[in-house]
Amino acid sequence: MSTVMEKQINLKLVRNPNERYEPEVPKEVVYDTKGLNLWYGETHALKNINMDIKEKEVTAIIGPSGCGKSTYLKTLNRMVELVPIVKTSGQITYKGKNILDKSFRVEDLRTQVGMVFQKANPFPKSIYENIAYGPKIHGIKNKKVLDEIVENSLRGAFIWDELKDRLGDNAYGLSGGQQQRLCIARCLAVEPNVILMDEPTSALDPKSTLRIEELVQELKKDYAIVIVTHNMQQAARISDKTAFFLNGEIIEYDKTDHIFNNPTDQRTGDYISGRFG
Amino acid sequence: MAANNKNRMSVSKMIEQQKQKRKFFNQLERFIPTLLLIIASISVLTTVGIIYTLFAESVAFFRNVPILDFLTGTVLKPLSQNPEFGLLPLLNGTIISTVIAMLVAGPIGMMSAIYLSEYAPDHVRRVLKPLLEILAGVPTIVYGFFAFTFVTPLLRMIFPSIEATNILSPGIIMGVMIIPMIASLSEDAMSSVPNSMREGALALGSTKLETTFKVVIPAALSGIIASFVLGISRAIGETMIVAIASGSSKNFSFDITGSMQTMTAYIVEVAGGEAAAGTTIYYSLYAVALTLFVFTLMMNLLAKYISRKFREEY
Amino acid sequence: MATRYMDAVLVEKRMSSRVRKNTGFKGLFFASTLFGLIVLAVLLVRIFTQGIEYINIDFLMNHLSTDASRAGIMGAILGTAWLMVVVIPVTMIIGVGTAIYLELYAKKGKLQSFIATNISNLAGVPSIVYGLLGLTLFVRTLEFGNVILAGGLTLALLVLPIVIVAAQEALRAVPGQLSEASYGMGATKWQTVRRIILPAALPGILTGAILALSRAIGETAPLTVLGIPALLIPFPSGVFDTFTALPMQVYYWTIDSSLVAEYANLAAATIIVLLILLFLLNSIAILIRNKFQQRY
Ligand SMILES: Nc1ncnc2c1ncn2[C@@H]1O[C@H](COP(=O)(O)OP(=O)(O)OP(=O)(O)O)[C@@H](O)[C@H]1O
Ligand SMILES: [Mg+2]
Repeated sequence: MSTVMEKQINLKLVRNPNERYEPEVPKEVVYDTKGLNLWYGETHALKNINMDIKEKEVTAIIGPSGCGKSTYLKTLNRMVELVPIVKTSGQITYKGKNILDKSFRVEDLRTQVGMVFQKANPFPKSIYENIAYGPKIHGIKNKKVLDEIVENSLRGAFIWDELKDRLGDNAYGLSGGQQQRLCIARCLAVEPNVILMDEPTSALDPKSTLRIEELVQELKKDYAIVIVTHNMQQAARISDKTAFFLNGEIIEYDKTDHIFNNPTDQRTGDYISGRFG
Repeated sequence: MAANNKNRMSVSKMIEQQKQKRKFFNQLERFIPTLLLIIASISVLTTVGIIYTLFAESVAFFRNVPILDFLTGTVLKPLSQNPEFGLLPLLNGTIISTVIAMLVAGPIGMMSAIYLSEYAPDHVRRVLKPLLEILAGVPTIVYGFFAFTFVTPLLRMIFPSIEATNILSPGIIMGVMIIPMIASLSEDAMSSVPNSMREGALALGSTKLETTFKVVIPAALSGIIASFVLGISRAIGETMIVAIASGSSKNFSFDITGSMQTMTAYIVEVAGGEAAAGTTIYYSLYAVALTLFVFTLMMNLLAKYISRKFREEY
Repeated sequence: MATRYMDAVLVEKRMSSRVRKNTGFKGLFFASTLFGLIVLAVLLVRIFTQGIEYINIDFLMNHLSTDASRAGIMGAILGTAWLMVVVIPVTMIIGVGTAIYLELYAKKGKLQSFIATNISNLAGVPSIVYGLLGLTLFVRTLEFGNVILAGGLTLALLVLPIVIVAAQEALRAVPGQLSEASYGMGATKWQTVRRIILPAALPGILTGAILALSRAIGETAPLTVLGIPALLIPFPSGVFDTFTALPMQVYYWTIDSSLVAEYANLAAATIIVLLILLFLLNSIAILIRNKFQQRY
């Protein structure tokens, strides 16, 4: 895998020898959405969505309330199906396979795609058990391996130092920000390829928010990250690409720089500068 | 404007007059809180009445039969020339019928709760839940009839040695009767586990089964245990099913294909036989009922304690 | 995050069996849910096929008789009806009164929570214990004898907690604006309770009362303790008459069916009458609930 990668990088470098700014590293497309439509009963919540999501990038989704951001995110790991009235059409290819195909096993998908929710949702168990839950259900039983996974995941979420002495405590004793980072660690423990985050900082104070943002920057070295946010500065600070959703449609999807400094569609500019939403 | 004014005057005058008339009633109204308090105290008096009668008559019983002999006696021969009043045969019958009932109601009630709370699509749940609740509304006498005239003969086809009255058949049917109680209370407990917790588990790639057993059930455990304890309490107090289908053998035995008497069935038998007031056998009713009362009360308090004390805070 | 602990191939391999396990258990859970319903269906089918041909005018109208072919349940029907004549007013007055006190008059405090706790404990007392209370208090101490009044009062005390709790819930569900509007117009507390809150809560109260009533109708254990005679008594015509009741009739015929097999069929027929009665009562309760559900 890594050797293929290096080759690609080399190729690219060879092809563009005069690249002045940071060389364009070719990134694998993880998700490719084509013509996605989604209905909640009669409500047409997503309309003809086309969008690709690449590895080692942070993709931000912005847009006014009710425009379908969460719906799209939850479609990416098919959690949206928990609402029984949902119907979809179109396709989302994940690593070459259409995940909307009914024969695609959601459990496989969700093992490879982690999710962090708006409100931290740790299990009512100890900190240790929260992290170990994922690896355990996927068949890892060795205590020593589990210990290592717990430590690495907590380190990965930058919360190991705070929690290492209280791994046996109930997760509900943690602060909101700690709980959210615990949930991120829980998601790292199953070693996903993609992490979906739905307004992960909306319930947090500025300091905890900052820590999560730093964490996202760190995580993007290894994962593809899709993050829904209402916070324009946040999207601008941490994302590489931004999609602007409005009424279930993608109005604009481009490099974050471009979206924020030089949007093509007027509605994008209006939204970013706060004229609606 | 003037007319309007006049009108308003007369209305307020009428109200004033009306108030005079109502004065008498208003006086009466002051007694309403007291009257309501008296009515409300009837439920307290009922409790007092139950406890008082059970204790007072039991004291008379324990004057004739030492309490230790009662609690540890393995022989129950109330009608013999030399009557003996050992509680253990009845306690044994009660415990065995309760165990049989819970072996049926526990797993089946629990699995029904899991199905209804975690798996059933909305429209299926809307049909199944009320249907299941009918089971709880059937009078116990009907279950007794069913156990005696249908289930026992059915069991006899499988175990030919089973007696016409036995503890197994009413135990099973009692379990069926308790299923909806456990199903619905456990389902309530599981449904109140927030969805975000299920989502957390599913998003990690758990199957529904793993989510249910590793996240939802542990989170709802206090409510589930409470429902089992209430089920046990219900089984201990259940009367007609065992009174009809389990006969009146007072032997201290563990043979579930044979007749056994529970505490409740003993009360039915002795009271129905119109024991003359003042005899030891008459008083024994109250001693047995007191034991029964204490057991069920303890179970009910325990259930409340569990669901309050160990309530998960999400 | 260099080290990888999860072997993707292995994880995917295990997934098949995990998913299969899930599907299998789903079937098991569904079957368990059906188990109770199947027993219910068997019970109903069995009782109806056994008893339906015994139901005719004679059976409904006749006196009891040791001769199975001439026996009727009119006495039991009348007895059950008379019991209800006692149970309904007693439970309504005490039940609703207690609920009004607890919800609208009592100050939140020790006394109120004591009464509430007491009621919830009473709800868990086995019905046979109520029978002993009735035997001691009504039959013996107050010397009513084993008459309808004694039976009715015993059953009333037994189902009282059900009525109280239902009435409390109904009163609690009345929106605050309604009573505030009434107070705002200068109405006194009792006027508000009687003219505004009670009428608004009535459907809920009635539903609860009917459900309590259907519980009382099916109760057998307390009556067996009171010493209800098994045989040949004249039809009751007042609350001081001795009586038998539908469930008592089922009880006696069932235990005697080991002597005369046909009694089992009579018991089944009586159960049909009892179940139809309960079905009607519950339908009324559901109708009331549905009709008044979306009032506010
Ligand atoms: N469970 C549901 N049932 C029916 N309609 C739903 C459901 N969830 C969302 N919708 C509808 O789908 C549309 C998109 O909702 P979604 O939650 O995706 O919006 P969002 O962009 O995430 O909004 P927010 O910023 O408020 O989180 C909305 O019109 C919403 O009403
Ligand atoms: Mg959202």
